[in-house]
Amino acid sequence: MDNKILTGHLAKAPRSSWKAWLGVVPFFIFAILFLLLPSVRLFIGSFTDNSGKFTLENIIQLFTQKTILDAYKVSIQISAVTALAGGIFGFMLAYSVTVGGLPKPLRSALITFSGVASNFAGVPLAFAFVATLGRTGFITAILKNVFHLNIYQSGFTLYGFIGLCLTYMYFQFPLMVLVMAPALDGLKKEWKEAALNLGANNLQYWLKVAMPVLLPSILGSMILLFGNSFGAYATAYALTGGQLPIVTILIGAQIRGDVLHNPGLGYSLAMGMVIIMAVSLGFYSWLQGWTERWLK
Amino acid sequence: MNLISKARKISIWSWFWFILGVLYYVLPLYATLVFSLQMERGVVSFKAYESAFADPEFWRTFSYSIFLAVMTIIVSITLVVPTAYWIRLKLPEARRIVEFITLMPFVVPAIILVFGLIRIYSFPVVIPFTSIQIIPPLTNFKVGTNILIIAGYIVLGLPYMYRSVDTGMRTVDVRTLTEAAQAMGANWGTIITKVILPNVRTALLSGALLTFAIVVGEVILASFLGVPAFGPYLFLLGQHRAYEPAALSFTTFLLTWAAMGIIQLVTGGQGQTTGAH
Repeated sequence: MDNKILTGHLAKAPRSSWKAWLGVVPFFIFAILFLLLPSVRLFIGSFTDNSGKFTLENIIQLFTQKTILDAYKVSIQISAVTALAGGIFGFMLAYSVTVGGLPKPLRSALITFSGVASNFAGVPLAFAFVATLGRTGFITAILKNVFHLNIYQSGFTLYGFIGLCLTYMYFQFPLMVLVMAPALDGLKKEWKEAALNLGANNLQYWLKVAMPVLLPSILGSMILLFGNSFGAYATAYALTGGQLPIVTILIGAQIRGDVLHNPGLGYSLAMGMVIIMAVSLGFYSWLQGWTERWLK
Repeated sequence: MNLISKARKISIWSWFWFILGVLYYVLPLYATLVFSLQMERGVVSFKAYESAFADPEFWRTFSYSIFLAVMTIIVSITLVVPTAYWIRLKLPEARRIVEFITLMPFVVPAIILVFGLIRIYSFPVVIPFTSIQIIPPLTNFKVGTNILIIAGYIVLGLPYMYRSVDTGMRTVDVRTLTEAAQAMGANWGTIITKVILPNVRTALLSGALLTFAIVVGEVILASFLGVPAFGPYLFLLGQHRAYEPAALSFTTFLLTWAAMGIIQLVTGGQGQTTGAH
């Protein structure tokens, strides 16, 4: 790339020659047809009324209609809970295999498994949790037979909020492990040695040195988890059969048949979701860059 | 506190979290496995697996999903490799925008993507301000639906495919390789298929396996576009059967494991982060 002599005649064409852009035309046509057009359609739809005229009514209804507000509320709650819990748990796990002093082979095993688990979602994941915590599930039975604790009689159900959170955790904390492990690897040994030599104890080192460096990355990763669970549909649908009113399920119902009795509202519902996801991703990459500056 | 006991104390906490994590990973899988082996009362048997695999509908939907996965991988590679190559070689200024596009699935989740796709392609696509039809309504015929779903899967797999190919090209010097090939008189087609592709085969394999893992069990695009794929089949099976879905879920897990395991092996632990549910 920096060998000017070798690459001399390849660089013959001026850098921004329109001919060079021809090479990426197929990719852009694909992106326009299958990403841009559908997104623009939803965007325009959210500002259009039934007769095709411009309106802001759909956006206003987004903030006034109770069904929709409730859906956003539940979605945000689930995402926040699983991002926070998954983030903390994932961080502790990443910590234990990186700087926590566990044997090296455990680390690659955990990373591989996290890769698998963060991809193991949707219908099979829902079924796995039914087999674990469902009415006749494995853990349910153990709790009942060994600890004489009937969780379903004490109000627990897998098919509601808590159940969905526990299920989402299965792909949430592995994602945290995957994004945090490299950051924890980046902590320099010298920092710890310097801190300890200057008389700090381990806790002080973590609070005053390591945490300030890692905090943006931890926060950013949690926001990434937030978006990750906000967009989830299949797991929730397979587990609750569409009973728990979260945004993605509402959108699914709207695609199947106009349950909101206003197509435009369906589009604005989708746009609202895209905006939340975009803001999450933006924050994630911004905060990530903050930490990377130190860990380079 | 001396250093050794300090180290031991840290290690105990590490072990605690690690074991907790392992339990969270393993218990649902173990429970699924145990449940899937209990179809015959009182004995451990593979009856649920036999029964599940004996269903011709399983083979039909499963082979259809494999077909979709293979097509997605082929088209995705055809699209991504020349683009990533061209950007490295001639058009570095397009890098940002192309990377941005490949990350779009993190902003536009599958349910929104399929929403938009259905709304656009259940109508004919016309040239603006005319009635000249350039694309017929794709959702109305089988080939059209296949095109639509494969395109959707390519979009969903784009972050992984592009990043893996681009990383692969960073490690081999595509410029020098191209230079050498050109000096020996190779044309562009030969350069891409005989020189670049073999050199990024590890990256291609991991991109392909990730795409495979996404596509084979995928249920959102498949069910909304109404194609008879494995994901919707498994979902429907879960509505009226107990043991067979558990058996197939465990099988799906093993498949995902195999895909990720191979990636881990070939890339030497440089696996990628994912997340599209």
